[in-house]
Amino acid sequence: MLDALTLQLGYNATLVALGATALGLAAGTVGAFLTLRKRALVSDAISHATLPGLALAFLVMVSLGGDGRFLPGLMLGSALSAAAGLWVMGWLTRRTRLTEDTAIGAILSVFFGAGIVLLTVIQTLSTGQQAGLEDFLLGATAGMLRSEALTIAAGGALVLAATLALRRPLLIAAFDPGYARVTGIDTDRLDRALMLLVLAVTVTGLKIVGLILIVALLIIPSAAARFWSESAARVVAISGGIGALSGYVGAALSATAPDLPTGPLIVLTASALFTLSLFAAPARGLLWRRA
Amino acid sequence: MSPFDVARQIHSPLSVQDLTVAYRGAPVLDGIHMTIAPGQMTAIIGPNGAGKSTLLKTCLGLVSARSGLVRFWGDPLPRQRARIAYVPQRASVDWEFPARALDVVMMGLYRDLGLLGRVKAQHLDRAQACLARVGMEDYATRQIGQLSGGQQQRVFLARALAQEADLYLLDEPLAGVDAATEAAIIAVLQGLRDAGKTVVAVHHDLSTVEAYFDRVFLLNRHAMAEGPVATTFTRATLARTYGGTLPGH
Repeated sequence: MLDALTLQLGYNATLVALGATALGLAAGTVGAFLTLRKRALVSDAISHATLPGLALAFLVMVSLGGDGRFLPGLMLGSALSAAAGLWVMGWLTRRTRLTEDTAIGAILSVFFGAGIVLLTVIQTLSTGQQAGLEDFLLGATAGMLRSEALTIAAGGALVLAATLALRRPLLIAAFDPGYARVTGIDTDRLDRALMLLVLAVTVTGLKIVGLILIVALLIIPSAAARFWSESAARVVAISGGIGALSGYVGAALSATAPDLPTGPLIVLTASALFTLSLFAAPARGLLWRRA
Repeated sequence: MSPFDVARQIHSPLSVQDLTVAYRGAPVLDGIHMTIAPGQMTAIIGPNGAGKSTLLKTCLGLVSARSGLVRFWGDPLPRQRARIAYVPQRASVDWEFPARALDVVMMGLYRDLGLLGRVKAQHLDRAQACLARVGMEDYATRQIGQLSGGQQQRVFLARALAQEADLYLLDEPLAGVDAATEAAIIAVLQGLRDAGKTVVAVHHDLSTVEAYFDRVFLLNRHAMAEGPVATTFTRATLARTYGGTLPGH
């Protein structure tokens, strides 16, 4: 276990840890903006809405005679179905009297249900390679390919760069949307960009964290970070750091215990850091408030 | 429009023609005409629900109009955005947000900094100077929710000052603030006016209109009267605007 934490893992496991760190950094950073904008739960709808696309992409790739588990193909399928989910959710909120939380609940369950049906269909097919698609529910890094780890690291880096480029308008719009619009910030477009970044992080994280728990990696780091600072810039940075540390430690732990799914290990690490922040963060932690 | 009207519109920092706004079918503003005089302090007054905030928000594109025209120096809003500063109602903000007073003022520099521009010492100095103008220089690192209502309002005014605009639109800047803040805010606004800027504020306290403002615009769903305080802020126009419910005047 100490070997794992100090990266005495061998080349492959090191790459996996690198991918998980990049993913955690990106998720923590995007997640901070998402929670500041008070739309944290949208990420739950997005992540569950990936499942039908994931399963359909698998079926399409197999029927074309390819490898059903080719990661970029699965990511594309997931992204398309999550985008469809987002679009329907937006339509329900705008065009009907349903509120966003209702739309989130509806999209989450309908898409996830459809995805589970498709997964079951896939399991009854005798393609010989269906095993492993369930890994995308809770994440698994055992036997991960180098190219997959690198794809994930690159995806995380891209999302991080795009998020940081938008940090100023994102913060102004989260704090004071009316003022932001008068200043010339198109808040509708900005919100769509934020949703796209959340979608990108979700799809990037499918293999490592899994679609059920990615929402935790988006929300917990920023919740923990809020205890450490009153400055939004620092909250975002700390949130990214907590996400990165969770990704790294979780992936390293998973390397020593390949039977455990990786997603829960990463999320439990993040939760431990949250608990630490809740009690021990200077000035705002519970331990300091009592004193 | 006559050539005279066109000239007046180009000259006016904010002019509104035949503006109608409806909420769920019911008109909130009905056929409003308004021409704000440049270099003056104008109060928009009227009873609760008269549409004062809605008028400001519609001018700024935050509420969509059913019909009518809004012009800033004769242009539509997007062409003159850089010259306009807006101070929203205090209630519109999340006070738990991790932002310190200086962070809020720095938001006023967004149009200068852009997406990726580096924050330099001159930007921080400018923000700090704006805090000083509203007497808040000692609270720069205080989280915004830990300030009193009056202090919060001053920080928002400082953010508007940081924009170095020509037109200042304020939505109830004196609502729920202490006497010291009220005096400080009015002093800053009058300073802007004396420097040739235009100030428009939604105002609710009829007893201070004459002391603080140059002009009034009386509103109650319709435009009731507009002009210099001395000639327009009269018992007759007030009675017409407020109906039978004239509050203590």
